[in-house]
Amino acid sequence: MNMQFNVDIHKILRSDGREFTLHARFASASQRVVVFGPSGAGKSQMMKAMAGLMTPDSGRIELAGRCLLDSAAGINLPAQQRKVAYLFQDYALFPHLNVRQNIGFGLQRGWRNPLTRVEGEAIRYWMEAFELDHVADQFPHQLSGGQRQRVALARALAPQPQALLLDEPFAALDPGLRERMRAELGALQRRLEIPMLMITHDPEDVRAFGDHVLRMENGSIVRVEENAA
Amino acid sequence: MEQFFAEPAWVALRLSLKVAVWATLIDLVLGVGLGYLLARKRFPGRELLDAVLTLPMVMPPTVLGYYMLVIIGRNGVVGEWLQRHFGINLIFTWQAAVIAAAVVAFPLVLKGARAAFESIDTQYEQAARVLGVSSFGVFLRVTLPLAWRGVLGGTLLAFARSMGEFGATLMVAGSIPGKTQTLSIAVYEAVQAGQDDHANLLVIITSVVCVTVLVAANKLTPNRNPLA
Repeated sequence: MNMQFNVDIHKILRSDGREFTLHARFASASQRVVVFGPSGAGKSQMMKAMAGLMTPDSGRIELAGRCLLDSAAGINLPAQQRKVAYLFQDYALFPHLNVRQNIGFGLQRGWRNPLTRVEGEAIRYWMEAFELDHVADQFPHQLSGGQRQRVALARALAPQPQALLLDEPFAALDPGLRERMRAELGALQRRLEIPMLMITHDPEDVRAFGDHVLRMENGSIVRVEENAA
Repeated sequence: MEQFFAEPAWVALRLSLKVAVWATLIDLVLGVGLGYLLARKRFPGRELLDAVLTLPMVMPPTVLGYYMLVIIGRNGVVGEWLQRHFGINLIFTWQAAVIAAAVVAFPLVLKGARAAFESIDTQYEQAARVLGVSSFGVFLRVTLPLAWRGVLGGTLLAFARSMGEFGATLMVAGSIPGKTQTLSIAVYEAVQAGQDDHANLLVIITSVVCVTVLVAANKLTPNRNPLA
């Protein structure tokens, strides 16, 4: 069976004299994996390691058939080359750029930001898909919670990533909107057919996305549940 | 009109502006670089480096002037080397005034830049990296635009401080009219010589320039609107 995720990482984190051992190990053939567990369990750290924002002391990370990290073989792709979409808990939209510039950010390499009137097929496509046309020229602080999340998703998906990493994607939304965005994200993932890993502590997310549920506690994955999708 | 601007007061103003602009540009480049280093990199001696770079803010300008003479003077470590290899002598030139002003005003840029960089949530930079933008691209496209208000505020203060620099400048650049006699030094000379009218004019010019710069700096003070 083709593995979508294959992660085995080890890292000792130190802060303020305390030590925390992250030892995350799991493999999954499912395209929808949910990591469930209390805060402080190391879920975000594991996801940061997958995105290349944190380097484990040792280990291996394979995502959608690509090896991103293999400390034994000396492989460690920088975040820029990992081709993953990362959705931050509070979205981390660039506050100095408008909606179209945010969406176009990853499409333009080099040292300059997209212009305020930036155009492009991918930008147009994602603005249409997420119904963002009418806010194209607005800045993140002018948007509603749902719009912010859509912009963050559009920004993450525009450069055509090969995997989707979501850190508590619905935590910042109110309950009614949460339900709708869950449905939207579920449909989107099925359409794109890319592996998706979601961190959450909300049982509703587990119900909606948990083809494969990992429970994380104290830096380790302690239980795995596979549900027939 | 031409005659009017040949007046010693305007000559001194032009020189002061030239010195302050150069000193501020040097401080801006070094202050942004070192401010970023101090804000974002962990290395041994980081706080010691910050303290050393902040010293010019608390030390008497005459002490700084003395240090500079020891370093770039004719027999100074760097001064002698410059003289021997390039035939350059910095002492009593307007370039020496630039160095003096840059050293004295540097902490203002550094403090502003460091605070501005430290106030930026690193998530923005992380998001930019995951989107495929190189480290230097992230710095130019995310870090600097989010920090520019703090950087610019400190830079304007440094400009005002450079305009007013006196002690260290006098020691390393002297007081040569039309060459190294800046506004603040010209005021001192005018008062010493009993030319009260001339001193009045110089003082008014200096005050107007400094107030203008400070008003601009206040307008750019960060946190008034953290998102703009």
